[in-house]
Amino acid sequence: MAKGLTWTIDDADHMTQAEIYGEVLTKLGYEYKNLVALTADLAGSTKIGRFQKDFPDRFFNVGIAEMNLFGMASGMAASGLLPVVSTFAAFAALRCAEHVRTDVCYQKRNVKIIATHSGTSFGQAGTTHHCTEDLAVMRAMAGMTVIAPADAYETARAVVAAMEWDGPVYIRIGRSFEPPLHKSMDSFDFEIGKAIKLREGTDITVIATGRTVPGAVEAAEMAANEGLSVKVLDLHTIKPIDVEAIMEAVMETRRIITVEDHNVYSGMGSAVADVIAASGKGCVLKKLGLQDEFSIVGYPDDLLHYYKMDADGIVEAIGQVMKMDFEADEDWEDEI
Amino acid sequence: MALKPAELKKLKQTALRIREQIVEVTYTCGGAHIGGAMSQTDIMVALYYKFMKFDPKKPLLPTRDRFILSKGHGGVGHAVILGYLDCFDKKELLDFNKTGSPFGMHLDWLKVKGVDASTGSLGHGLSIGIGMAIAARLQNKKYHTYVVLGDGELHGGPNWEAIMAAAHFKVTNMTTFVDRNKLCIDGPTEEIMGVEPLKDKFEAFGWKAVEIDGHDFEQIVDAVEQSHKETEKPFVIIANTIKGKGIDFMEGLAKWHYAGLDEEMKKQALASLRRMNKNG
Ligand SMILES: Cc1ncc(C[n+]2csc(CCOP(=O)(O)OP(=O)(O)O)c2C)c(N)n1
Repeated sequence: MAKGLTWTIDDADHMTQAEIYGEVLTKLGYEYKNLVALTADLAGSTKIGRFQKDFPDRFFNVGIAEMNLFGMASGMAASGLLPVVSTFAAFAALRCAEHVRTDVCYQKRNVKIIATHSGTSFGQAGTTHHCTEDLAVMRAMAGMTVIAPADAYETARAVVAAMEWDGPVYIRIGRSFEPPLHKSMDSFDFEIGKAIKLREGTDITVIATGRTVPGAVEAAEMAANEGLSVKVLDLHTIKPIDVEAIMEAVMETRRIITVEDHNVYSGMGSAVADVIAASGKGCVLKKLGLQDEFSIVGYPDDLLHYYKMDADGIVEAIGQVMKMDFEADEDWEDEI
Repeated sequence: MALKPAELKKLKQTALRIREQIVEVTYTCGGAHIGGAMSQTDIMVALYYKFMKFDPKKPLLPTRDRFILSKGHGGVGHAVILGYLDCFDKKELLDFNKTGSPFGMHLDWLKVKGVDASTGSLGHGLSIGIGMAIAARLQNKKYHTYVVLGDGELHGGPNWEAIMAAAHFKVTNMTTFVDRNKLCIDGPTEEIMGVEPLKDKFEAFGWKAVEIDGHDFEQIVDAVEQSHKETEKPFVIIANTIKGKGIDFMEGLAKWHYAGLDEEMKKQALASLRRMNKNG
């Protein structure tokens, strides 16, 4: 088990992604004496406030002033502290993009960011509180590591791993009513940069990230009933990306669908496309997510459905991609 | 000009109606930013029912006065007022927050008639208001711009950039309110990040600032009239309010920032509103 997790979170089943990270972070506070937690009037909403109970002196609520939040974290990281910053993704990645770039990434400050309510997971709050751009923004920051855990267990493992990871890390989680994907904290291997293979398959691969992963697994099961063999990858780390796992999928299935609660431009699907294009190997890629539009208002699960990021939408996409008979007019042996 | 007794009574009655309806919507939609919606209501009722040139049937008329709820999470209260003015069919409010509804917690001007800017991310509204006010001046238009800020919202730097700019550009055709309910999400505003001395700060930034009871219509009306007469400085009305105003079990408690109501709580909330309206 990862360093720092010498206890089991039996309660994780009942805990949301954010609650569990609040718990984990608090435990880590005992191990990492230089760990400090910061937020901007969202101690309760992001659950980072849990840390304050045990470490009131190492907790800083700066009020609704997110730019100051990241500036302060940068200074703290420059001076021996290990700051963990939490606010909604829209404010961390968009409002503070320049502060994160210039104060954190550019100056190589070891700041860990836990961005909650990402994608469309804050359903009814609408676009101002959704964030379907953060993967793109954060991926473009030199030196930033970008992780989108699929459930509470993965979130816990990601937070622990981030402590020992050299450099800034952006962990993107949902509003936190996400269903669990894994059975327990140690029922899976978690390593930053290594995709988790959830299902083997030979016809098509679904690569999902964040809160869309459980739907991808469900879709694979539904497609299996139709006689299709669907491989599923949980690509929790968007950067550094797992080239090996993606290339294995390319070679085994030649058909890939990516699913992300994000704009399809420059998000996880685009990161996968980069890998495929650079390899010179042919592969069909269909990207599910928001098709360059601003999100509507609705319940978080309804939005997954509306944007075809749930099992139904993925099954539909599988059907479409499987119908393409591109292999007939291409000689796959001809590649460069 | 002092309010006539009949006019005062009408404003109070309207505010009660609006608050009742906010409770109803909060109940049907499963949750809303009820605390801050209650504190802002008297200010907004005074603006919409006494001052603003605004034709609900022509919400985009170029000559209309502009209103920006910079504390956009008060959208539930704004939507109810616009519904009561018949900008749209009130029945649509039953879908507030539901999938596919035009109304989310934060209103979008592209979807909701009568809204002038899509707010929700704090710290944007005042800058937008300044832009609208300068545009009026530049084009010799007579409309006035009103902006309502939260007090917690004032933690954010962008507000202070705007506050500086308003004085610099001598924006006097705009009236700004601070809904000073003294709470943000995590607790009392002064404990989370103090904003006092607020009046002095605005004054130091070149504004004319007055402090009033934000639930007293006479004071609100006086202050707005005074703001209209001001020709030198941007004008801010720091309105001391109570978060959850009118609902006894919510007043002054941060936990009602965003909340849902069950049937029983709804009944209690409505009863409290009516009781307090009689007494006050
Ligand atoms: C930039 C930004 N950061 C954080 C939030 C989340 N948020 C919504 S309301 C709120 C508290 C607002 O407090 P205040 O301005 O005092 O409003 P009120 O008490 O009148 O509801 C916060 C932090 C936000 N909407 N925008």
